[in-house]
Amino acid sequence: MSATIVSLPDQSTARIPKVNYLTKENGILSWLLTGDHKRIAILYLISLSFFFFIGGALAGLIRLELLTPQTDLMATDTYNKVFTMHGVIMIFFFLVPSVPATLGNFLIPLMIGAKDLALPKINLLSWYLYIAGGILAIYTMAAGGVDTGWTFTTPLSTHYVNTNVLTTGLAVFIAGFSSIFTGLNFIVTIHKMRCPGMTWFRLPLFVWAHYAASILMVLATPVVAIAIVLVALERTIGIGVFDPAKGGDPILFQHLFWFYSHPAVYIMILPGMGVISETISTFSRKRVFGYTAVAFSSVAIAVFGFFVWAHHMFIMGISNYAVLVFSLLTMLVAVPSAIKIFNWTFTLYKGSITFETPMLYTFGFMGLFTIGGLTGVFLGTSGTDIHLTETYFIVAHFHFVMVGGMLMAFLAGIHFWWPKMTGRMYPEKISQLAAVVTFIGFNFTFFPQFILGTLGMPRRYASYPPEFQVLNVFSTAGATILGVGYLLPVLYLTWSLKYGAIAGNNPWQATGLEWQVQSPPLTENFTRTPIMDHEAYDYEWLERQKEKEVTTSAG
Amino acid sequence: MPDSTAIAHGAHETGSNTHDEHPPYLRHHFESTEQQADAAGFAMWLFLLTEVMFFGGLFTAYLIYRNWYYPAFVSGSHQLNVVWGTLNTLVLIISSFTMAMGVWCAETGRRRGLVLSLSLTLILGLGFLGIKSIEYAEKIEKHHVPGFHYSLQSFLDPQSDRAVFSEYHDKPLMLDMARHTEVYFSLYFLMTGMHALHMIIGIGILGFMIFRARAGAYTSGHVTFVENFGLYWHFVDIIWIYLFALLYLISRH
Amino acid sequence: MSEQIELGEHQHHDEQDEDAHHIVGPGVYVIILIALLVGTALTVWASFIDLGPWNPVIALAIATTKATLVVLFFMHVKYSTKLTKLTVGAGIFTFLTLVSLTLADYISRAWGSW
Ligand code: HEM
Ligand SMILES: [Cu+2]
Repeated sequence: MSATIVSLPDQSTARIPKVNYLTKENGILSWLLTGDHKRIAILYLISLSFFFFIGGALAGLIRLELLTPQTDLMATDTYNKVFTMHGVIMIFFFLVPSVPATLGNFLIPLMIGAKDLALPKINLLSWYLYIAGGILAIYTMAAGGVDTGWTFTTPLSTHYVNTNVLTTGLAVFIAGFSSIFTGLNFIVTIHKMRCPGMTWFRLPLFVWAHYAASILMVLATPVVAIAIVLVALERTIGIGVFDPAKGGDPILFQHLFWFYSHPAVYIMILPGMGVISETISTFSRKRVFGYTAVAFSSVAIAVFGFFVWAHHMFIMGISNYAVLVFSLLTMLVAVPSAIKIFNWTFTLYKGSITFETPMLYTFGFMGLFTIGGLTGVFLGTSGTDIHLTETYFIVAHFHFVMVGGMLMAFLAGIHFWWPKMTGRMYPEKISQLAAVVTFIGFNFTFFPQFILGTLGMPRRYASYPPEFQVLNVFSTAGATILGVGYLLPVLYLTWSLKYGAIAGNNPWQATGLEWQVQSPPLTENFTRTPIMDHEAYDYEWLERQKEKEVTTSAG
Repeated sequence: MPDSTAIAHGAHETGSNTHDEHPPYLRHHFESTEQQADAAGFAMWLFLLTEVMFFGGLFTAYLIYRNWYYPAFVSGSHQLNVVWGTLNTLVLIISSFTMAMGVWCAETGRRRGLVLSLSLTLILGLGFLGIKSIEYAEKIEKHHVPGFHYSLQSFLDPQSDRAVFSEYHDKPLMLDMARHTEVYFSLYFLMTGMHALHMIIGIGILGFMIFRARAGAYTSGHVTFVENFGLYWHFVDIIWIYLFALLYLISRH
Repeated sequence: MSEQIELGEHQHHDEQDEDAHHIVGPGVYVIILIALLVGTALTVWASFIDLGPWNPVIALAIATTKATLVVLFFMHVKYSTKLTKLTVGAGIFTFLTLVSLTLADYISRAWGSW
């Protein structure tokens, strides 16, 4: 077995197809008014990256402040604003739309054999809403920021702070509708636009994962929208719904907020899990082990995700009985996540594994997500949570799942489908280096935070007792490495747009429908409606297909 | 029409399966008009799901506080006028009926019937809002609008509020409980206000549809828009059916 | 460049065929209208009688009946595909999850600690 599965066309003769979705029309307007899901995906990719680096810069400031125990870099209230804006931007403007709006948008129609998403105009509208929300968020920062934490905790957000809660709330509200429309579009598309022969159990697991995440987007997001409306009204006219002085209950806000935000963590991870299913299969040349189990576990995660939200509220004054029940239910939701991890591991077993960049990120995902998920179980256990909540343990937990999990998956996916999106390969060696640097940097940054948390260092403070400094220095040093790890892809991916090797249709020898068409694809994706006659991940089918090609071209 | 231009090319240029009988409203990424109508209808239903959850947050809040502050909610609801509420319910139910008739007219190609049904629906919708604003005006007069010089008088001293007192003979509430009537009215205004906002949007779209229907749109096969708007209008009706029960009826004793 | 892989020669079977777009006529609508008007009268009448804890139950039962009629007939769900029915079900289910689990917390707060 060779050490790589990459097979590129002869570079001396290969050309990028002249007609493709990128060259079809020119001019900025052809992009801003496009209905093509692939172009909208690119628009998202560019704007998301922009927000990612803003959020990242804020993270850098946080880590710099925490290098020393004293508050020396910025005032404490500035620090509060910095971590709040970091959270708001990273969650609502990067992670929630990250994989779905870019890769999901680009790939779902290709994977199911459709010409586009069912509602192209709504798709474009989603992007505009996202941009409008994003501009408001940036405006908020310029206007002095907001310091409630990304959770808008009442009564802090309604009564005590004097910062831009309203504009931030509006920004999140608008971005929420962008997310709703994306999810709605995906569900309709997956139900109604599959090509002949594309039965539910022939769908790539990427599509299943997006289907599950879309259900969460459609059903959970409106609840946070109304919660934000209530906060805004409480702040402006004092309706009393969250005001204890008038008989309101601030904890009601927590219920409404976490009814969305727990499912939202699955909105953030499920699409990433979809990416992992694809890469793991491709780079071990095997059908995903337990396809049906993986498919249904996505849906199970989505459904169970609605029953556990109060595990974010164990110490907030909900009833003891609610703590008990929600703690038990939380254990339930860990099961389908574990099913996925086990099935991916079995997929690797006896596979012909190769270690191209997407696979490196995939391995990173599997290790880090497992740690993140397991620590989630500690936190779901009310007894341990009471000790760990509001410490750096929480920060470590969710960065392991969100950065170690989702961001790794996002990068795995971007590298994996880069040749499809642009027609060119990224440079392999340096990108492998970037993957390794990211992994090392990540662990340096966030593993010490688990220890800090168990030692009792609280989150969301600009200063800390001197005995915590060593671990914090580790963390800040790690963040620097991590920063390099994220900058590298931007540089070499941009470079590859012009100088990357021509990828050809199917550089990975992958089985998905998207790999059977030209790279970059035509605007209408397929010249003729495809007909699906085999399971997903059928590598034998691919072999036969290649033989057919050889015989026809020889004959 | 950005997407149709972007998508149009392939299907035509490759000329693989372009049938000329395709009606003009078939967008090019769909295989057939049925698929297109199906997708649009399904999308509408999903949108209504988000609406359900949006109102769901308000319903949850209402149920919780009613459970906590029962006496305040009883006194609060006594301030609502059941006659106006009932009248509005009837108006809205009839408008749902005229809307349903509109859908039928569109489906069976009756242009004048469609215009008439939609116009009646619009008038009834306006009627609903008219009655609602009479009710709102009453609340404003009595200072029952939370956040704007909210007055507790009707609850601390019910006899001062003659009209309501003669009907219900409410006992005075303790100051603490009386103050919680503000939560009741917050929810009352939030829920009915959000509902009214949906009505206003609906009426706007109705106006647009009447304008187009007169020119013969919707009655030549492409009825999806009317059908989907119908779904929306009925959904708004359903919300009201529950608001009427929860706000006006269940706390009368 | 536009290569076309033959993915097999499966029969193109339309999944959408099952539902031959049922048109509901005025007869049904009139009946439902009358039922809704009667329901409204009934629920208002019931609200004038003191039935203690049964007042809210009856009012909500009638409201739910009315809503069901609207959904089934005005919104054509009775004649729609399984998918539409499932969608409606999913909405009701999630809504009830939100209400019931939240209320469960509030109600059980009164039980104190163990
Ligand atoms: C595998 C199952 C998981 C379990 C059992 C779990 C459990 C928990 C629990 C109990 C908390 C609350 C801790 C506290 O505030 O005291 C928590 C916090 C959090 N989790 Fe998870 N989690 C899981 C997976 C995930 C995933 C996949 C993500 C995101 C992709 C995620 C993101 C978060 C975030 C952002 C917070 C902190 C929210 C905040 O207070 O700012 N979790 N998790
Ligand atoms: Cu959670």
